[in-house]
Amino acid sequence: MLRLQKVSKVFNKNTVNEKVIFDKFDFTIEEGEFVVIIGSNGSGKSTLMNLISGKIIADSGKILIDGIDVSSQLEHIRAKQVGRVFQDPLMGTASNMRIYENLAMARKKGKKFGLKWCISKKDIQEYREMVKSLGLGLENHLNTKVGLLSGGQRQALTLLMATMQKPKILLLDEHTSALDPKTAGIVLDHTEKIIKENNLTTLMITHNMNDAIKLGTRLVMLSGGKIIFDAKGEEKKNLTPEILLRKFSEVEHCI
Amino acid sequence: MEGILTMLGATSQGLIWGVMVVGLYITFRILDFADLTVDGSLALGGSVSAILIYNGVNPILSLIIATFAGILAGCITGILHIKFKIPGILAGILTMTALYSINIRIMGKANTPLLGKNTIFTVISEWFDGLGANSKMISEIVLGLIVCAVIIAIMYWFFGTEMGYAIRAVGNNKHMVCAMGINVGLMQIIALALSNGLVAFSGALVAQNQGYADINMGVGTLVCGLAAVIIGEAFVKQESNFAVKLIFAVIGSVIYRLIIALALQIGMNPSDLKLFTAIIVAIALGLPKIMKRKEKQQC
Repeated sequence: MLRLQKVSKVFNKNTVNEKVIFDKFDFTIEEGEFVVIIGSNGSGKSTLMNLISGKIIADSGKILIDGIDVSSQLEHIRAKQVGRVFQDPLMGTASNMRIYENLAMARKKGKKFGLKWCISKKDIQEYREMVKSLGLGLENHLNTKVGLLSGGQRQALTLLMATMQKPKILLLDEHTSALDPKTAGIVLDHTEKIIKENNLTTLMITHNMNDAIKLGTRLVMLSGGKIIFDAKGEEKKNLTPEILLRKFSEVEHCI
Repeated sequence: MEGILTMLGATSQGLIWGVMVVGLYITFRILDFADLTVDGSLALGGSVSAILIYNGVNPILSLIIATFAGILAGCITGILHIKFKIPGILAGILTMTALYSINIRIMGKANTPLLGKNTIFTVISEWFDGLGANSKMISEIVLGLIVCAVIIAIMYWFFGTEMGYAIRAVGNNKHMVCAMGINVGLMQIIALALSNGLVAFSGALVAQNQGYADINMGVGTLVCGLAAVIIGEAFVKQESNFAVKLIFAVIGSVIYRLIIALALQIGMNPSDLKLFTAIIVAIALGLPKIMKRKEKQQC
């Protein structure tokens, strides 16, 4: 479970460029929920993810994961409980290292990186099975350097790596928006499958209204650092892109 | 005959300096960090080893202590870069500059001669006494080969461990390493420490080999090392095994020394060597970029 309590974040504080992103923001995601977040540019979606992952530290307020306050933990400490897939397919994998080397690191995620040999023959067999489940034909290219893979392949691999050690929270930051529609579809299918199989608590940002309606168990619309719409269950199922766009324009008018 | 002797001499120099090249490979190629500390830490290793031997310490023990001095120097550059956010090049220059004074403090003066003292080379050349006049040269090459082989083996093991993987990934994609729950800064400091430890070890070998340590012995180390790394890389594929890459870095060091020996033999002024090396490195680093740009324009 993830809980944000009265979280505030201001960029460029005390300058003419001061920008309040969140002011005493409250938000809770229950265990096993798959929340899709939509919102226009500057609504605070990415900042929200950065606050949760620890890339940005909040000015005030608390962030709790399973009831434990992680607000002051550095990013790499928090990464032990948080899996993240970025928009840019280059961010999640080491391009000069081979596929199995990347997977070997993901397997050790959150553990001590000491002086034990990182990989064994037995592991490689397991990695082959894991990659096979992606259905991209990568299982015969475990020796390939990740830099030679396509964006979609890399993103699928990143997803696999982010979820190999079951994270308490999975953050998906527009992770298919840099891919062509067909590849995006394949990656989204994997996303759904992995989340369902592992019952992962997930937060996903998207700009695609259809995806937002189709995927997830809850839809949240963010604007100006506030939740302006929050739908679950039946209510979410009955949404259409038109309804969402109307809600958007209503709020933008008010501002 | 004289030609062969020159070549053997260059080979032994290449192997002894090859340890430094392996150290440089770690920062320059794996960590993607041009570390100028090495100019200071090479002389640091030489100074520490020379003053210890001068005061009667066992030459092998002096090598170990010199290595630790280098590790410390690398840590300082790492801390300046990571904790104080000083850009990498500048952090290296700061440590290098500080080491100039420190090295003079260590030796008490600008150089320390080792005339008549036992070094690791005099000890080993006794084993090859039967070979007559060339025993010194042969012992140098044998020792250089053994040392390089052992160090490459250790590095191959280390970069196959979890920590080694983490360091390789840091040079590649810091975001990914952070996402794996690894402290990126700590990995950079460890790599810098390891690299400078090897460089100081090499400096200690150089001092024992030439029979003195000198405050200026480290000048140009980074550029010489880069030249060796680049020459070695001309012979290996990108896909090659890591150990093969390190072996060719050392071979690059030997080839570099052979080129230098040749240049001197055909009458190049020794003081022009650094200019010569700098130009080679600049061309080798710049040429691929220029070629790439041309390719793009053609498209």
